Amino acid sequence: MLRLELVNISKQYPAVKANDSVNLRVEPGEIHAVLGENGAGKSTMMKMIYGAVRPDEGEIRWNGQAVNIRNPQEARTLGISMVFQHFSLFDTLTAAENVWLGLDKSLTLAEVTQRITKVAKEYGLEVDPLRPVHTLSVGERQRVEIVRALMTNPKCLILDEPTSVLTPQAVETLFVTLRKLASEGTSILYISHKLDEIRALCHNCTVLRGGKVTGQVDPRTETNAGLSRLMIGAEPPQLQHIQAKLGGVVLDVRGLTLAKEDHFGMNLSDIRFEVKAGEILGIAGVSGNGQQELMAALSGEDTRAPNGSIHLFGKDISKDSPRRRRKEGLHFVPEERLGRGAVPTLSLAANTLLTRTEAVASTGWVRTKDVTALAQELIRRFNVKAGGPDAAAKSLSGGNLQKFIVGREIHADPKLLIVSQPTWGVDVGAAAQIRGELLGLRDKGCALLIVSEELDELFEICDRLVVIAQGKVSPSVPTSQATIEMIGEWMSGLWNKSPAKETDHAEA
Amino acid sequence: MESFALLLAATLNAGTVLAFAALGLLINERAGIVNLGAEGMMLVAAVAGYATAVHTGSDWIAFAGGAAAGALLAAAFGVLVIWLNTNQYATGLALSLFGAGFSAFVGIRYTQEKLTERPRFEVPFLSDIPFVGPALFKQHPMVYIAIALTVALAWFLYRSRAGLVLRSIGESPESAHALGYPVRRIRLMAVMVGGALCGVSGAYISVVYTPLWVEGMVAGKGWIALALTTFATWRPARVLLGAYLFGGVTMLQFHLQGEGVQIPSQFLTMMPYLATIVVLVLISRNATFIRVNMPASIGKPFFPGS
Amino acid sequence: MLKLEARPESSKLMSVMSPVLALAITVVIGTILFVMLGKDPMRGLYVFFVEPLKSVYALTELAVKATPLILIALGLAVCFRSNVWNIGAEGQFIVGGIAAAGVAMTADKETGRWIVALVLLAGVFGGMAWAGIVAFLRDRFNANEILVSLMLVYVADQFLGYMVYGPWKDPAGFNFPQTITFLKSTNVPKLFTGFRVNIGLIIALLAVAAFWVLLFRTYAGFQLQVGGLAPAAARYAGFSSRRALWTALLLSGGMAGLAGALEVAGPLGQLTPYVPAGYGFAAIIVAYVGRLHPVGIVFSGVLMSMFYIGGELAQSRLGLPKSLTGVFQGLLLFTLLACDTLIHYRIRWQAARPAPKAAVPIVSSANTATTGKGA
Repeated sequence: MLRLELVNISKQYPAVKANDSVNLRVEPGEIHAVLGENGAGKSTMMKMIYGAVRPDEGEIRWNGQAVNIRNPQEARTLGISMVFQHFSLFDTLTAAENVWLGLDKSLTLAEVTQRITKVAKEYGLEVDPLRPVHTLSVGERQRVEIVRALMTNPKCLILDEPTSVLTPQAVETLFVTLRKLASEGTSILYISHKLDEIRALCHNCTVLRGGKVTGQVDPRTETNAGLSRLMIGAEPPQLQHIQAKLGGVVLDVRGLTLAKEDHFGMNLSDIRFEVKAGEILGIAGVSGNGQQELMAALSGEDTRAPNGSIHLFGKDISKDSPRRRRKEGLHFVPEERLGRGAVPTLSLAANTLLTRTEAVASTGWVRTKDVTALAQELIRRFNVKAGGPDAAAKSLSGGNLQKFIVGREIHADPKLLIVSQPTWGVDVGAAAQIRGELLGLRDKGCALLIVSEELDELFEICDRLVVIAQGKVSPSVPTSQATIEMIGEWMSGLWNKSPAKETDHAEA
Repeated sequence: MESFALLLAATLNAGTVLAFAALGLLINERAGIVNLGAEGMMLVAAVAGYATAVHTGSDWIAFAGGAAAGALLAAAFGVLVIWLNTNQYATGLALSLFGAGFSAFVGIRYTQEKLTERPRFEVPFLSDIPFVGPALFKQHPMVYIAIALTVALAWFLYRSRAGLVLRSIGESPESAHALGYPVRRIRLMAVMVGGALCGVSGAYISVVYTPLWVEGMVAGKGWIALALTTFATWRPARVLLGAYLFGGVTMLQFHLQGEGVQIPSQFLTMMPYLATIVVLVLISRNATFIRVNMPASIGKPFFPGS
Repeated sequence: MLKLEARPESSKLMSVMSPVLALAITVVIGTILFVMLGKDPMRGLYVFFVEPLKSVYALTELAVKATPLILIALGLAVCFRSNVWNIGAEGQFIVGGIAAAGVAMTADKETGRWIVALVLLAGVFGGMAWAGIVAFLRDRFNANEILVSLMLVYVADQFLGYMVYGPWKDPAGFNFPQTITFLKSTNVPKLFTGFRVNIGLIIALLAVAAFWVLLFRTYAGFQLQVGGLAPAAARYAGFSSRRALWTALLLSGGMAGLAGALEVAGPLGQLTPYVPAGYGFAAIIVAYVGRLHPVGIVFSGVLMSMFYIGGELAQSRLGLPKSLTGVFQGLLLFTLLACDTLIHYRIRWQAARPAPKAAVPIVSSANTATTGKGA
């Protein structure tokens, strides 16, 4: 008998049919992957299973019986528990209080605290119940989420993109926990777009594309190419690689020490690296290790960096504003599209004015015709699917908005382009296009600095890599000489234990 | 000495007005909703309470009337802000402006009405202790109720599960919603309770504090109460202390006028408002301190569907 | 069951219709109110919406009332678009009036008409200075501008009282709290003889044009708006939130002060404790109902003046209290905020959802007896 079954489930939203007659079959004790790219309908499907959203058509069956799950509490009563991608934790409360809130009322806080220690030990997860969540690292927070889910004695545990915040080593530990759970009879729904992980961990895999199921396969017998074909309908596009033609040093960072501004932030310690013209330097690292603070210091959103810590073409820009830095040729694409890279309610044309002032006269007068023309050009050149230059930024899909924003900065002909999370939440096609554009820019002699949580992406397009951990940055290593295991260890701050064979001063 | 004891007694009385309102506002702010309509709610409650007292002769029913008026207005505000996601600041302002106009309108017929003789309250035995007696134990029962309310609220917020749920909603309604809590309903309840307490405060003003009705008689106490919740960093005990502090400043002004101090009366009347500004400045200087203690979702709209 | 459904794109139609709808609802509620007060609702509506437009004189009176409302609301529109909540325009209006009065009272028989310009400038600077306090405390100490600007209203009001009861009291005024009546030379020039409307109207219309250009055709205006819409984007772009704060407050303070000067040196001709007529607060409503847009503000300013004049007429003709104006104004803002939801959401009628039915018949083991709900 199947533990969980979805039969011809459909869900329609105003603009899109998120799930179209999808079927899902999960056995007891099975680790079942749900594979699909961003926007394929995975989260909608999960929301229906754990009760946040109701299906328009179709039936959900639990242990063979049709059920109507009206809210997350009913799902929990059935035995369905979810660990979210963006954690549902309360920063100012302790881990124990957070877990208590996730359980139904019968236990006292003291009882819950005791149980947490017990459960955590049983599954090899280290959690201190009395620490306030804001003091925990991202990996530790995920453990609290998992313990919270485990304490409901789930018969079906749903994990949504759990490894995006983990080092490769931590991923292995997680897999051990999951395999133990599965062996005890718990079914696991593992949502991901990472093909290697799915093939290593899962017994079964349902692939979604555009809201429909395109296949149900055993991932252990499939290749990445095969899964990719089911996921996007084709092989992943190949990128052209030319040998890097290096120029002089463009960005020189040294002695960058910066105290955190936000109570919940990370201090930066003595960061040092450089980027030359014609190369792409990648910064790898799990989120929460200082990337945001480093980006803000480099972009000019934070001007507290010590004098002399950041040089652009030999000029000290540590205290310069973003507008001054742009005049010197430094352009930046932030990780948040809506709200930071673009203003959601303003048109694409108006949004060009954020970083492009060619249409603004010295008197401050804005030439609206020129502004619209620029937006039009960006839409055309970067293949952005939008309703036109007057379309509101928020009306674009994630991938198209990202193409527009990245395009806006590339089109400005920068000398140094810094990009944070270039393809986060972007569909595979747009992601490939963006990576291609970045490589193209580098081939023309621009210097690029890319921060990404996707190691695959970094290995694909970067010439050299560094790792940021706990606010410190490792020495650099040419990508051709780096391995995932090594970078994984460096992500835990251990670059002195397994140093690269070359330091950042010996160049090819 | 005696006048000092009287000053202390008057301070507790004046502070109680602010305490009820500020504690009410604390409750809805803890849930993440800031209600700038406090002044308007208090004005309408003041006239409602006064009218009730005139017609029924009972102070306690008058307080209930004020509470009901406050809760009703707060509910209208709550529906707009919680379900229609209108801007909290603008909607609260609208409520204050409406309340000012509406209370003036309804209150016209009560400006000439007088209430019955106000009773004097005394705690037996304790009120005979020299100095402490007249200072602390000759108060209206509401003064003691305010203190009890502070204790109860502190217990509720920090020792009960329901209080934990409220605080978590104030911090992250999205997470609370994902866990299955009825965020919007709880927020509405918090807003209505807050409105009811502001209403009690308003009724107290017109029925006990200065027993009469005059247009605009709340004179900014609603705004001061809003400021109070910020300086007290959303903790009940600090709110009560702050309320007494401000009550003290207000009473000091009357005391000084009575003593014939040679400062023009208008400058003395300015004192509570200037004091509010000064305290606001002192507390806000440390932005991190405020941010760490403030319920993180204050003022932000919440969309459960996303 | 009614449901709110998010629109994929904001409705431009509703942006314009929402204030109209809000007005309609307010009128309906007003009608009910009139009936409850035992007055003929048609008479009531007539007094509010027709009388103020009936004659040339009535129209000029509308202009007299609308001028300060429009001036203040223009400044507030810039503030609210920048997410700076200046609620103390009333106080800036008062201080502007006080400053203007101070300059006006320095005139003697020989002074020429040029003093009017000085009087108005004094008003502008007075208002700016008062708003500047708010900006300084927010900039330097992070003090919430809503509360500070509001507290300063009470302070300004008391200060006005002090001046007219004290140092500036007219010795020949029978001990009434009022200043001397200003000399004719200091009065704001009227536009036509026999009517009270003065050059303030011209100034207001010019200001409308100027503010439109500022908001929609200058980079400075763009920066202010981004600061209000998405502060993180403003930081990313490098727009100074500090400059936005000071610009918004000084601009709105100056406008409010100018309005105060025009009132004091215009229709009033002297300083009394009744100078604060609530324009600073009504202007908040004018700004919102006018969609924070200079042209919209002209319309909403006229509408709000109709409420004021209607209220006065209702008092003299129908024996209704003047505070009815305040009730309508508050109601209008309230209904406007509610109707604005329709810009971003649609109302859908949805039949109660039936229990999800199986699309395929359930084929399985013995213990499946149910269709539809299960536990």
